[in-house]
Amino acid sequence: MATTPTREVARRVFAGEFNDATYTFKESDDERAPVYLLLPTGERANRVFLVGTLMETEDVGDDSEYWQGQVIDPNGDRFYMYAGQYQPDAASMLRELEPPAYVSVVGKPRTYETDDGEVNVSVRPESITEVDAATRDRWVVETAERTLDRIARYTDATGEDADEAAVDEYVSMAAEEYDLPIADYRRQVVEALESLEDEEAVAAEPDA
Amino acid sequence: MTDLRTQATEIHEQFEDQLEISVDDVEERLDTLVNEYKVPLSEARRSVTNTYLDEAGMERDELGGGGSGNDRVQVADVDAPEEWVDIKGEVTELWEANSDAVAQVGLFGDETGTIKFTKWSKSDLPELEEGAVYDLRNVVTDEYEGRFSVKLNRTTVIEELDEEIEVGDDDVSVEGALVDIQSGSGLIKRCPKEDCTRVLQNGRCNEHGEVEGEFDLRIKGVLDDGEEVHEILFNQEATESLTGITLEEAQEMAMDALDTSVVADEMRADLLGKYYRVTGPTFRRYVLVDEVERLAEPTDAEAVLIKARSI
Repeated sequence: MATTPTREVARRVFAGEFNDATYTFKESDDERAPVYLLLPTGERANRVFLVGTLMETEDVGDDSEYWQGQVIDPNGDRFYMYAGQYQPDAASMLRELEPPAYVSVVGKPRTYETDDGEVNVSVRPESITEVDAATRDRWVVETAERTLDRIARYTDATGEDADEAAVDEYVSMAAEEYDLPIADYRRQVVEALESLEDEEAVAAEPDA
Repeated sequence: MTDLRTQATEIHEQFEDQLEISVDDVEERLDTLVNEYKVPLSEARRSVTNTYLDEAGMERDELGGGGSGNDRVQVADVDAPEEWVDIKGEVTELWEANSDAVAQVGLFGDETGTIKFTKWSKSDLPELEEGAVYDLRNVVTDEYEGRFSVKLNRTTVIEELDEEIEVGDDDVSVEGALVDIQSGSGLIKRCPKEDCTRVLQNGRCNEHGEVEGEFDLRIKGVLDDGEEVHEILFNQEATESLTGITLEEAQEMAMDALDTSVVADEMRADLLGKYYRVTGPTFRRYVLVDEVERLAEPTDAEAVLIKARSI
């Protein structure tokens, strides 16, 4: 094809919803076709962008280095990421950063099925950068907004007077694949935003 | 000036180096054809031009664009280099010329947007004033890094007009997180051949083969707001102002490391994963960055929280 494939948008999602997203799919039989993670609120994600606090890093590799990083979001939920020899830049960041640190991560969602049938969701980072608290706060608000948009679309589409023909295909896919209470994700949004307000309140308090 | 006189002046300027003629001579010929023989002005002009071409033993294509044969264009229509056009607009900005070869340089705008113009010293043209409106006939379009400009030349006719123009803005503003700095960013080398400027791959130009490249700085980035991606392009100036790394410093960094890729690596470490708003014109799928602003504190947490609670 002459046209360059369109670059996949990096979705904004809190760790709570991300870790619930255990279903992946492809949209064509092509071996190199992109793999999508289906978010419970009804959106496909081939890439994510997240900002949070890097809490722990550990080399979990056997023969060669394989770095795990854990990034926590305002709700206390964690994103897990793994970087090895094929992600040298991200791996060296995980090797060098001293937790705790605010980091922003661009990466691809990956799922892994454990021996007892559980599906673990993680991020394979394309880039990891150390950032400041303001960038992290901005991400929290942005992710809250994007999540609310998805929830609103999901609720409209699955409500009683929804027009079935107009329902977004990923919303119906999510409704079919998952049996998850969408209200939980709205609660995560509210709590994440409230945590920003609490920070402000703490910052505004005079030194005791 | 009458229309005949204007046309005569333009024709005269095309031949004054080759032929001993005066503007009056040209006007007289035009006048005969138009007023005595009722020939339409455009035909009269063509005929007179052909006569002088014969006299001078010149071919038509030796004339810069041939004057009246030009398309009259607006700024936003300029989408290819090396076209001879007529264009009307206001001089919105005059910049400092950084070379003796350049008499004046700045921005020229009409309702559809603005475009850079360059006036060469050797063309010996009258001075343009900021804020004045001109009709420029016989200018040549040019392109560099996806940005178009017009160049005035010796055959250009400048006519100041007594009118006002509402200069349009063709810029777009996009914001998001910088999620990628693509290959071909940082310290690059361009083909030095005239009008080429292609980026070299391993010292080779696609068009001219192995050449001694000229260093340049740029960033090809991707801004992503979670709903849309925008490809953005920083030229040398925009790259320097965003990164604080000058072309000279970038060359030193590359020399120390014996590798040009260290420059892009440093830029990635510094810029990726942060939020920016960029403004500039678009070219193909790129936004060409004129202005960049780093975004930090969220502005609307309160409003989003109210919305979240109300669902």
